[in-house]
Amino acid sequence: MTAAAADPVPAKNGPTVRTTGVAKRIDVADLNIYYGAFLAVKDVTMRIQPNKVTALIGSSGCGKSTFLRSLNRMHELIPGASVEGSVLLDGRDIYSPSMDPVSVRRQIGMVFQSPNPFPTMSVYDNTAAGLKLNSKRMKRDQMDAIVEKALRGAHLWDEVKDRLDKPGSGLSGGQQQRLCIARATAVEPDVLLMDEPCSALDPIATLAIEDLIEELKQKFTIVIVTHNMQQAARASDITGFFNIGQSGDPGILIELDETDKIFSNPAHKETEDYVSGRFG
Amino acid sequence: MNPDPLIPFPEVGEADNLPESGPTDNRIPTWGPWVVVAGTAAVLGGLLALTAFNLALLIFGTVIISIFGIYLWARLIEGRRQAFDRAVTLGVTSLFALAMIPLVSLLYTVVSKGLSRIDAEFFTSSMRNVIGEGGGILHAAIGTFIITGLATLASVPVGIMAAVYLHEYGKGKLKRALTFFVDVMTGIPSIVAGLFAFALFAIFFGPGIRMGVMGSVALCVLMIPIVVRSTEEMLRIVPDGLREASYALGVSKWRTVAKVVLPTAMAGIVTGVMLAVARIIGETAPLLITTGAFSSVNLNPFSGRMDNLPVFTYNQYKNPGVPPEPYIDRAWAAALVLIAIVMVLFLVARFISRRYGTELRR
Amino acid sequence: MKQTSPTASVPGEPAKPGTHGVGDRIFSGLAIGSGVFILALLAGVAIFLLIEAWPAITASSDEIPGGDGLVSYIAPLAFGTVLAATLAIILAVPMAVAVALFISHFAPRRVADTLSYLVDLLAAIPSIIYGLWGIAVLGPALVPLTEWLADNLGFIPFFEGPASTTGRTMLVAGVVLAVMILPIVSAVAREVFTQTPRGLQESALALGATRWEMIRMVVLPFGKSAVVAGSMLGLGRALGETMAVTIILSVSGGVTFNLISSDNPSTIAANIALDFPESSGLDINVLIASGLVLFAITLAVNMLARAVIERQKLDES
Ligand SMILES: Nc1ncnc2c1ncn2[C@@H]1O[C@H](COP(=O)(O)OP(=O)(O)OP(=O)(O)O)[C@@H](O)[C@H]1O
Ligand SMILES: [Mg+2]
Repeated sequence: MTAAAADPVPAKNGPTVRTTGVAKRIDVADLNIYYGAFLAVKDVTMRIQPNKVTALIGSSGCGKSTFLRSLNRMHELIPGASVEGSVLLDGRDIYSPSMDPVSVRRQIGMVFQSPNPFPTMSVYDNTAAGLKLNSKRMKRDQMDAIVEKALRGAHLWDEVKDRLDKPGSGLSGGQQQRLCIARATAVEPDVLLMDEPCSALDPIATLAIEDLIEELKQKFTIVIVTHNMQQAARASDITGFFNIGQSGDPGILIELDETDKIFSNPAHKETEDYVSGRFG
Repeated sequence: MNPDPLIPFPEVGEADNLPESGPTDNRIPTWGPWVVVAGTAAVLGGLLALTAFNLALLIFGTVIISIFGIYLWARLIEGRRQAFDRAVTLGVTSLFALAMIPLVSLLYTVVSKGLSRIDAEFFTSSMRNVIGEGGGILHAAIGTFIITGLATLASVPVGIMAAVYLHEYGKGKLKRALTFFVDVMTGIPSIVAGLFAFALFAIFFGPGIRMGVMGSVALCVLMIPIVVRSTEEMLRIVPDGLREASYALGVSKWRTVAKVVLPTAMAGIVTGVMLAVARIIGETAPLLITTGAFSSVNLNPFSGRMDNLPVFTYNQYKNPGVPPEPYIDRAWAAALVLIAIVMVLFLVARFISRRYGTELRR
Repeated sequence: MKQTSPTASVPGEPAKPGTHGVGDRIFSGLAIGSGVFILALLAGVAIFLLIEAWPAITASSDEIPGGDGLVSYIAPLAFGTVLAATLAIILAVPMAVAVALFISHFAPRRVADTLSYLVDLLAAIPSIIYGLWGIAVLGPALVPLTEWLADNLGFIPFFEGPASTTGRTMLVAGVVLAVMILPIVSAVAREVFTQTPRGLQESALALGATRWEMIRMVVLPFGKSAVVAGSMLGLGRALGETMAVTIILSVSGGVTFNLISSDNPSTIAANIALDFPESSGLDINVLIASGLVLFAITLAVNMLARAVIERQKLDES
């Protein structure tokens, strides 16, 4: 397991690989995130690049999930939660009063830590849930095409094509998580947020999802929270390190850089301690 | 071993003097208590048979004597504290059995007395022009169906939406007030609900008014809080992850509630509604003063008296003609039908909830 | 097909900003409306009862049945109501605690669920059927007991006698009410008994306590206020129970503590059920006024019970 540390991760696709251009950039400026009066994350300024995988690492409780959820306005669903600062999606502030949180979430999808397919829906309906729940009317074959494309994109098609009408909760954990990814990508968001998507999965299923992430970045901007250093090193282009002073203090973004640099030659001592501590 | 040494142990003083004797091999075998009970029952039964047999006395005596018996036996070989524990165990078990006696006796009574009139005529004819023998519950069954159906149709949407408010939207004073008063409402006596429905209609139509729909209004007062409580309970077990997943797909709140949360909770909500119907379908008092009694079929809940099974049962029993037997028989038969409906609703609801419960908890 | 507009990014679907806003408003409006409707309904119960009771409240006392005014009309009924309910609660609570304990701590796990269904079934049986059973089975069955009580314990006012030969007594009504409210009390108690922290229970057993000692030291103190709250809910139910009492009790109207004779005070609810169908004019208003009193009593008992439950929830958290 220590090999990855000693051996710097090979360079990921360079900045020239911007393929489709539909993925969007996110600019976060001076973001403070609160639970009631408690400041959970302080003063984050960062740019999340399109068509890149940005990994967020840091010790437990430093506010990674909180930060991630503030990027698609899921944070404000918690009673008392609030946000200061700005989050620009290709230049448009998603927190501006004229912006509808529901449509923000339609553009910035999310995959959660534990797989959560809708238990009342079949595999097919789960995949199409984003469309069906919003009562999109479309022809059956058009819907079929979207479902197939999303399931193929999630590397799940071959495993489930014969049981599309079976309940989604009947799949294995890893399959369920890929189903959730298919569900999130079927509505074609611009950005995909993933909060520890592999933490409930075994190593094989984890690798399958990492492969998938590698492919998904051709179409989406991806932000992934992970506790797994190797995963961050393997799967991401950019890595951000969050840390927290003492418990009760807000989490802050210590450093954001190319993944190679963070893991081989970070600018901050804290980052180095964290990264090497985990590895060694 | 103490699994959690951090948890303080209450009343340490008592705990200190607990172990009075070390572990011992001297224990009453597991069949011991059964033998004591059976033996006591046999001996006592024999003694009573010689004098005057009395089932109640036999049961009562057996319980008391066996409790003493097992205490003495355990006292001799297991010690004082174990003996007391055994006595309590037998006592609690007996009390539970005692509590079940009414259920068994009641079911047995209703079935044995009601069966004599369970025939085709009973289900296919009304009491129109019937004096003495014959007649049936057709009109009353239809009335119960209409009255309960209307109450259910009105209560279910209101109850479910109020539960949605409480669990998905509610905050602040209104939520607290509603929670509190729904709880309070579950305790309204059914006769008071009936008086309310009567008062409501009497103000507009005068005191002689009797209609099927008045009964439905009264039943609504009783049913709505039950539906709210059970629905809220079901919404509570829908995992938050499902709501979040839906929001993260860019689905609005109302669609999330209507298309993800409610369908997920649906089996449980249906169970709750069935139990609520089971609770109100046998309500007699509110209908007695709102729907009145009537011997023919009335299909219109908005006009005239409408008979129903509970009121039919009551009137057949309370105001029999001469000779009274046919009336009493009809009362028991109607009670049997009523109890059968309630039991079917109850057991089916339990069955659904058991299967469904394990599914969600997985 | 991607769009730069922030309001839609789903293929084949033009941006429809704000449509879900309308849906949201209608839906949450319906939800709030239902809540407000329920509150209004409860207020309506009080208001309409008051309106219809008003003629009786303002009538001169010789117009009221009995001729001594509303208070002296209702007082014996209220006495009977409280007597029957008290009797029921005294009989039901120990039984209910035993039943709850049996299911939570004595019965084998496998059957505990089924047993609690059986107890719940007791609550599902319509009260009129309890009435029929009480008069046909329980009453006659208790006659020997009441006769024995009258003969041997007649010096106690409750058992003064002469014992009724039909079994249509306050005692039988109380026993039937007890059976009816037992499931309510035991359900509340059972829930809390099963929630007694495992750690506490196991540490008691680990110290060598027998099962009963563990229950006495840990489970019962933990569940005490639940038993109190459940009893009050049961009391509320017993106070308002109508049909069983209506059918069983043979009523003479006086105020007496004698539980086993055939002269019994009636209860408010039973009196309404008996007299209402044959009443007219002011008599109806008088009955509604008595119903209003019953409503107030049960409301107070239930609110008290809820307050106890709330306090207990606060204590736990
Ligand atoms: N719903 C909430 N209400 C109040 N405080 C919260 C809530 N959720 C999280 N917090 C607090 O916010 C801080 C950041 O939590 P967060 O879940 O974002 O951490 P994290 O970095 O994702 O941790 P982990 O790696 O364990 O998932 C913590 O101090 C946590 O206690
Ligand atoms: Mg987290």
